[in-house]
Amino acid sequence: MSLPATRGSGRTGWSPGFLVKLVLIALVDALGVYAVLAAWGAESWGILAAMVALLLVANWAYFSKRALPLKYILPGLAFLLVYQVYVVAYTGYVAFTNYGDGHNSTKEQAVEALLVQNERRVEGSPSSPLTVVADGDTLGFAIVSPEGVVEAGTAERPLAAVDGAAVEAGRVTGLPGYEVLEYAEVLERQQEVTDLRVPVSEDPNDGSIRTQDARTGYVFTSTLTYDPVSDAMINTTTGVTYTANDDGQFEAADGTTLPVGWRVLVGLDNFVTAFGDDRYAGPFGKILVWTFAFAAVSVASTFLLGLFLAIAFNDARLRGRRVYRTLVILPYAIPGFLAALLWSGLLNRSYGFVNEVLLGGAQIPWLTDPVLAKLAVLGVNLWLGFPYMFLICTGALQSLPTDVLEAAKIDGAGRWRTWRSITLPLLLVATAPLLISSFAFNFNNFTLIYMLTGGGPRFDDASVPLGHTDILISMVYSVSGLDGTAAKDYGLASALSIVIFVVVATISALAFRRTRSLEEIA
Amino acid sequence: MRRSILTAAALTATLALAACSGGAEEPAGEESAAPNGEGSTLTVWVDETRQAAVEDAAAGFEESTGAEVEVVLKNFEDIRPDFLAQVPTGKGPDITVGAHDWLGELTTNGVVAPIELGDAAATFEPVSVAAFTQDDQVYGLPYAVENIALIRNTALAPEAPATWDDAVAAGEDAGTKYPLLIQTSTEGDPYTFYPLQMSFGAPVFEQNEDGSYQPELALGGEGGTAFAQWLAEQGEAGVLSTDVTYDIAVAAFAKGESPFIVGGPWMLEQFADLDLSIDPIPSAGGEPAQPFVGVAGFYVSAQSENALLANDFLVNHMATPEAQLALYEAGDRPPALIEAADTASEDPITAGFREVGADAVPMPSLPEMGAVWAYWGVTEAAIVSGKSDPAKAWDKMVSDIQGEIG
Repeated sequence: MSLPATRGSGRTGWSPGFLVKLVLIALVDALGVYAVLAAWGAESWGILAAMVALLLVANWAYFSKRALPLKYILPGLAFLLVYQVYVVAYTGYVAFTNYGDGHNSTKEQAVEALLVQNERRVEGSPSSPLTVVADGDTLGFAIVSPEGVVEAGTAERPLAAVDGAAVEAGRVTGLPGYEVLEYAEVLERQQEVTDLRVPVSEDPNDGSIRTQDARTGYVFTSTLTYDPVSDAMINTTTGVTYTANDDGQFEAADGTTLPVGWRVLVGLDNFVTAFGDDRYAGPFGKILVWTFAFAAVSVASTFLLGLFLAIAFNDARLRGRRVYRTLVILPYAIPGFLAALLWSGLLNRSYGFVNEVLLGGAQIPWLTDPVLAKLAVLGVNLWLGFPYMFLICTGALQSLPTDVLEAAKIDGAGRWRTWRSITLPLLLVATAPLLISSFAFNFNNFTLIYMLTGGGPRFDDASVPLGHTDILISMVYSVSGLDGTAAKDYGLASALSIVIFVVVATISALAFRRTRSLEEIA
Repeated sequence: MRRSILTAAALTATLALAACSGGAEEPAGEESAAPNGEGSTLTVWVDETRQAAVEDAAAGFEESTGAEVEVVLKNFEDIRPDFLAQVPTGKGPDITVGAHDWLGELTTNGVVAPIELGDAAATFEPVSVAAFTQDDQVYGLPYAVENIALIRNTALAPEAPATWDDAVAAGEDAGTKYPLLIQTSTEGDPYTFYPLQMSFGAPVFEQNEDGSYQPELALGGEGGTAFAQWLAEQGEAGVLSTDVTYDIAVAAFAKGESPFIVGGPWMLEQFADLDLSIDPIPSAGGEPAQPFVGVAGFYVSAQSENALLANDFLVNHMATPEAQLALYEAGDRPPALIEAADTASEDPITAGFREVGADAVPMPSLPEMGAVWAYWGVTEAAIVSGKSDPAKAWDKMVSDIQGEIG
């Protein structure tokens, strides 16, 4: 055996490295198998298939000699698939369905729900002590009528009086021709028991006995029946037929629909709705402009303040720089949603700290005046965001190559000239990608808007619940009813999210292209 | 598919746990078909305040049936969306606690099953059963009734006021910072303001004889306009102010800065060291000031595989005075079961809220209510703060809501 054969992770010698790999892979496999079993138990076939595939790929990648690059990128790739690609693809799928209130589930469940919702207890009918009985495999009910007569029947056989029953404490305990089920046996077949309808008589209009707790039976009549052949619901009292339509609802000839529908693919309908409602036309333009302004100004203001502080605290002549730096980073350490909530309290018109203490009892409507509210949002975002910019600018400044700066000095460049021609371009090379991601983040900075102003103050002239500080993502939240102000429409929400995604992705792509020219300068 | 994400998240969490401790809980829904009654597991979603009470009732149920009850603790705010998302997948609970005004949404999405209370229906406060009724069918087992009332600090105001103006006058006589506290905030608080609106004869929707609502707006008209005018006047006089949020109102009342506050039993904890009396809300417009009643109860999932057990548990084990009183102890809301409510009414505060609640109207559970909330509060706030012309703003609100409802 030659020496090089034992080197390299792909070789199969029993080196310490290989043993470590074996143990780690064994751990991953154990977890994976556990997840597969759990998915099996929960009947989540999609997850099961994905887990099996991931496990096979992982084992192949780490034991094969030909998969060296994959060894490095597989973990990242797996997480990318699960947390990014899958989520985006699923959002894309939902955008083409009508998933939302009234279309929450499958057709089968909608039919079930409609049937059960349209069963009525016959008015004034007695509640009868009930016993679940069985005739062979067929389940049936035995009841004691108010007159004390024992009656029994099955789904096929209407109730009829039975002689010779044993009755204890008003309840049937034994019945000739039937077997009385124990409670445990009833529980075992509870789905069948709750689904069982024992007709009261030969005439179906008299209704049927059903039970919900296997102790008491009531007479119910149902007003809707489902005909699977014609795929239609029929109202037995009015005779109206509701047929299943393409929108996932049962619709009558006159256009009325039954309340519970199901999920179907609706093509581009959601995208049409998104831009078709003219109540949104006016507010949408304003919100679009404000969203861009908010994102751009937030990036610019946080970057400039962060940069300024970074330069100031980078000066070796400043004493106690560490203390200042720690203090400046503090806002970054507070969770954003908490800070936004705090600020909304601080900015209350009459009782907020800002007005009451700092401004000596002034009544400035920080959050309720359209212009001031926008300023307040920008101000709070500046407070929240500058520590991050300060951090990255400090890091970038400290890693600037000193030789270039020295060369500039020797060439006789002044402070300003050095800063403008050397420091800033080099700084931008390092920070430009972060500025772009900061723009994308602020473009969708839902937390801040939702917690600080809730989008308010409302537009006076609009007929929709949107306000002056709403940005696109908070508008989506409201339009699609996720805030509870309208019927929820996940399909519409997904469609609008995709539109926003396209906008942000386009801007980011263009901006990244621009940053390449920065690198050329450097 | 949405469920898959949740399950994926749950799986990831489970894996993480398994990795740390070597033994984690199995994911929900992994129960197999039980060979006998002892293997059946009933899953119940509860929030923090009702956990202990439900667990007590569950213990009795487990003893008498042999079935197991798994009580799952969840945030109250998460229950409604999670229930809507998980029931269709078959992974949801068998029973969940909930508020009656979710009913419209739960039935349009077909996730709840009706409950036949049978003769037990008569043992509940009528308003509580009415609140859970839709199209003559009952969908929930009520356990608590909550409503707002006028909470009076008896040290500052010995007499209950008869009208709103009396209350303001008494408040001014008391010489406190505020004559009367009612939470408003810049978003408005139509729930708290509703009794005052009712006193002008402007209910939100047309009401049927049995107390249920039709999706026909009734906010507008003369009553509504009169209420809007009144809001503007009170705002100008400084009695109502959009700066008074819930926190500010409660803190001020606790400090003795006002003899009156309009609020509910959830505030009482902060007023522990005050002598209180609970009175009807004084009428501002001449008609009775009826507040909204919110009823808390239990829903059964439409996809429950343990429907029998679930109904048995609710109707025969949660509708008992013991269980309802235990829930009362935990949550301070008057019980829905009359027998339990009678016991709870030995406490004069609970009796006071209950008395006001007896004349109250159920909060509409129509799906259309979401659209109303969206416009209602901000309009009231805009009128109170004097930003909008009362009559015009109110009319615009009514037409905007109509536009949203369609």
